[in-house]
Amino acid sequence: MAAIELRGLSHTFGGRRPVPALAGVDLEVPDGAFVSVVGPSGCGKSTILRVLAGLQVPSGGEALVGGGSTIGRAGLVAYMPQKDLLLPWRRVLGNATLGAEVAGVPRVEAKAAALGLMERFGLAGFERSWPAQLSGGMRQRVALLRTFLQPARTLLLDEPFGALDAITRRGMHIWLQDVWMRDRRTVLFITHDVEEALLLSDTVYVMSPRPGRMVARVDVAFERPRTGGLVVEAAFVRLKAELLGALEG
Amino acid sequence: MSAGAKAAVEFPDRPGRRVLAKPLRAGRRALAAYLPATLLLVALVGVWEAWVRVFDTKPYVLPAPSRVWDAFLETRDILPGHIRTTVAEAAIGLGVAVAVGVGLALAMATWPLVRRVFYPILIVSQTIPMVVLAPLLIIWFGFGLTPKVVIVALIGFFPIAVATVDGLTGADGDMIGLIRSMGGRKRAELWYVRIPAALPSFFAGLKIAAAYAVLGAVIGEWVGASSGLGIFITRSQNSFRVDRVFVATAVVALVSIGLFAAVTIAARLATPWMYIRQGEEEEPL
Repeated sequence: MAAIELRGLSHTFGGRRPVPALAGVDLEVPDGAFVSVVGPSGCGKSTILRVLAGLQVPSGGEALVGGGSTIGRAGLVAYMPQKDLLLPWRRVLGNATLGAEVAGVPRVEAKAAALGLMERFGLAGFERSWPAQLSGGMRQRVALLRTFLQPARTLLLDEPFGALDAITRRGMHIWLQDVWMRDRRTVLFITHDVEEALLLSDTVYVMSPRPGRMVARVDVAFERPRTGGLVVEAAFVRLKAELLGALEG
Repeated sequence: MSAGAKAAVEFPDRPGRRVLAKPLRAGRRALAAYLPATLLLVALVGVWEAWVRVFDTKPYVLPAPSRVWDAFLETRDILPGHIRTTVAEAAIGLGVAVAVGVGLALAMATWPLVRRVFYPILIVSQTIPMVVLAPLLIIWFGFGLTPKVVIVALIGFFPIAVATVDGLTGADGDMIGLIRSMGGRKRAELWYVRIPAALPSFFAGLKIAAAYAVLGAVIGEWVGASSGLGIFITRSQNSFRVDRVFVATAVVALVSIGLFAAVTIAARLATPWMYIRQGEEEEPL
């Protein structure tokens, strides 16, 4: 059974002038896989995640997580929105444990788990800092830690590095792969950066401009752990060209 | 990862050190902030004293500051009892205002129907002049503590309720969505997002309520009481002791400032994240 399954997912935003956002999206993410969706801005990528997170009821189609419908049902996945959404009134540690606490994990347990991961997330020494005292990259890592600490088996990451500069991003890719490889949870990753998608994923889906649907699917077979040098290898560049071609339609 | 770890090594104790340095800096800032006002006040008192002496103003019209000071020394033994009464009325009234105001705000934020029913009534309740209401309250509740507490609570619950309900309903929708995506329901939304988001507004409302609380108690006492600064003022007026009226007025001001300061300190303790200077700790990752 697939960890995530979308069948004919479509959505139109209402209002006086209805905006069709998704036009029949099909997608399958096997359990334990890292799958990315790339697409131009405004193609409805984020809407897919909001539906899977149970925050948006779609106009049509099905969305399943672990075989159960997420239509109008939240809490089946760990969802990291585009904005880090750190709560300003909680320190780094409290923000990291938020998702686990809401999901009912005892506070002491959540705290212990968070403290054990601070080092790996580059947050050691900042446990008691306020979000307002952190740089953009650190805030993003706190949000990622919060997402990873949620007990869900499936993670939805919406352009987690979108706000970071190119150099910082590079480092974050290798690091994210590292963190992910430790427990291999299912990840659905949204980005508009083709290179990022290829470097991280087992499979990359390409979406069309609005209204979004899947126009291509590329399996990425490079050995893990992958390194930053991969991006200049011939096979990688070929795949990149293929994806860029699909993006331009 | 390596970038973050390096940052952690470079500034291992920065947050802690900053917290320690804060009170000192705050003290210096306070001095700079209040010194000009204090100097002006001293100058005004000096002019007042001179005026009274030069023009030989009658003490039952305008007593000199020195005479007011003498009156203060004279009443040193009877004042504390009156102050205690008034402070108790103001504090209890403020407590009731907080309980009612916050309770109402929570109900209005949770159920739209409650909001539609109570919001207009809330506003109407503020249009009733306290001077009109005070004698009625004396008739209903007697000469004791109760009518004064009611007046203070009536004045105070409004800014608290309005500010708090705005804070609760104005919380960031994306943050609430995040809590929902985690499987949280209304209670989790309230606990993790709405209530903390509303705390700064709540304290803004409470500051207004605190500033008027002593005044409310004094108005209540004016109409009828056996103890309190209000009745002290009434008695002093009736015996043409204008100097004592000035003493009581100064005491009312001081007590009000004290109450306001207490709320400000409470706000600072309860919402520490509001007092971080943004970007102070920021470093390029």
